[in-house]
Amino acid sequence: MTTDLPTAAGRGTVRRLAGTLHRRPRLRLALLLTAPLLWLAVLYLGSLAVLFVSAFWTTDSFTSQVVKVWSTDNFHALFTTPVFRQVVLRSVGVALAVTALCALIAFPVAFYTARVARPRWRPLLVVGILTPLWASYLVKVYAWRLILSEGGLADWMLAPFGLSGPGYGLPATVLTLTYLWLPYMILPIHTALEQLPAGLLDASADLGARPGRTFRSVVLPMVLPSVAAGSVFTFSLSLGDYITVQIVGGKTQLIGNLVYSNIELNLPMAAALGTVPVAVIVLYLLAIRRTGALNSL
Amino acid sequence: MEGMAIRLQGLRKSFGGTTAVDGVDLEIRDGEFFSMLGPSGSGKTTVLRLVAGFETPDRGRIELAGQEVTDLAPFERDVHTVFQDYALFPHMTVEQNVAYGLRIRRIPKAERLVRARKALAEVRLEGYGQRRPAQLSGGQRQRVALARALVGRPRVLLLDEPLGALDLKLREQMQVELKAIQREVGITFVFVTHDQEEALTMSDRIAVFDQGRVAQVGTPAEIYERPATPFVASFVGTSNLLEGEAAHRITGSAGTYNIRPEKIRVLKEAAEADEPGHATATGTVAEVVYLGDATRFLVDLDGGGRLTALQQNLETSSADVAAYRGTRVRLQWHRRHAVRLPS
Repeated sequence: MTTDLPTAAGRGTVRRLAGTLHRRPRLRLALLLTAPLLWLAVLYLGSLAVLFVSAFWTTDSFTSQVVKVWSTDNFHALFTTPVFRQVVLRSVGVALAVTALCALIAFPVAFYTARVARPRWRPLLVVGILTPLWASYLVKVYAWRLILSEGGLADWMLAPFGLSGPGYGLPATVLTLTYLWLPYMILPIHTALEQLPAGLLDASADLGARPGRTFRSVVLPMVLPSVAAGSVFTFSLSLGDYITVQIVGGKTQLIGNLVYSNIELNLPMAAALGTVPVAVIVLYLLAIRRTGALNSL
Repeated sequence: MEGMAIRLQGLRKSFGGTTAVDGVDLEIRDGEFFSMLGPSGSGKTTVLRLVAGFETPDRGRIELAGQEVTDLAPFERDVHTVFQDYALFPHMTVEQNVAYGLRIRRIPKAERLVRARKALAEVRLEGYGQRRPAQLSGGQRQRVALARALVGRPRVLLLDEPLGALDLKLREQMQVELKAIQREVGITFVFVTHDQEEALTMSDRIAVFDQGRVAQVGTPAEIYERPATPFVASFVGTSNLLEGEAAHRITGSAGTYNIRPEKIRVLKEAAEADEPGHATATGTVAEVVYLGDATRFLVDLDGGGRLTALQQNLETSSADVAAYRGTRVRLQWHRRHAVRLPS
């Protein structure tokens, strides 16, 4: 009897607590969300804020020490220096090209995995698409470095046609990034195509539409939001990348490289450069919000 | 042969190991409201999909208006379908949905709009053109699907259980409307349903499907009054079989007979039994089911077997009919209503 008492009392406390939480959903929600919200606010938004603020500082040109004096010189330089402007435009161009290539390759692949392949093979194919994501990023990029090297696989395969591989440079960067981010484009399109009711395709054919017409008028408009959703990944991941371009890009410079090379010498300038992709991605998200893509993420 | 909208010959189709359609021959006349009735899995929907061109038959031949279309794609056939789940395009407005078939046939935009609006008016959906399918109720979507299929004036309209998803009231209202629209436009309707009442009320002729085959084709009255097989007798209406010994004792010859419950009169046991042309049997009322407008009596016959009799509640109430339970009665019906079925 006596040994039972503390347990009963303990259970009573737990019950009371559970009851209180049940009756007060707001308290429950607060307890659940406090820790993750703190994490998000302090570590994520906090560092973004530090980045933004430090972009307005300057450095001592002799010692490379950061001088906390408020100035817009860095942003001024960003907009007036031709090199910076070129690099920003090139980076956005690369991100757009990678996104477009991913969409072009992903659509037929996803169409096959979602609608053509036998249903019992589909999960395996999806796993196959995801497998490259398990391999190390660096391993994959170095693999591409080997493929694209002089006398490498690309050269060897193109030689019979009298061609040679692209070598290292901008095209190689776009190619490698396309390979890296392709799964992020295939998956949302695969899901959208899989959920597309077969009845809609029948209905379109029934009303006289040939397959090409059905694709343009029914499949594409219904899957487009998912393409946009996938492009959020491919675009932002490409825009932020700076390793691939160092390994296969030859002398090509992207925003990431500029940030990387400025970090030691001119941290505030690196911060100012770092705000560019953030701003571009915010603009990109605002633009594609209209397609309804953010609802299908 | 003229006057035939659809002719099916020796149609067979199997999926994997199961045979869905097992040798179907049918002729559907121009302008007819033709129903394909049967339980789920009886092959009626597969026949519809074969006619529409969504499936190709393993064997057999399909003719539309005298032209063979067996191997043509759906977009090459002059038939339109109203799908069970409506299959409206969610990214288009109601008007765009209805005009879709016209757009594909490159009909000028102005004419397209006029015809789409007219089709929406036909199904009583004026003013709904700018809405999205998601903003409509089930009955409204059903009518959009109908307008979309009708606007191109196909030779044949195929309807795949189009009323299945609607509630009872709406379904009855749509039955009347569908029939009226069909009469108005004069297009051949092929209507797939598992609801025998729906088939009986709407159709000019009915084909009853049983395990991938056509068990009987006929007018609603023929199907109901003269069922060709025990399956048709039991699937269309309440089956009321008199078999074996009991049948022999009452009718004088062995065999299986079907008598519709409403053809049987429930009389007092002592009532005169020798009206000319009538058969009679005595028994005990085992169960009484009060249905509101009518009462169903389940009577165990003295000679063996059980018959159901349906009586209109002209003057009786639920309390009156309940008193019949366990009492002795005499059942009487005209001999021509006992339909002999092939065993």
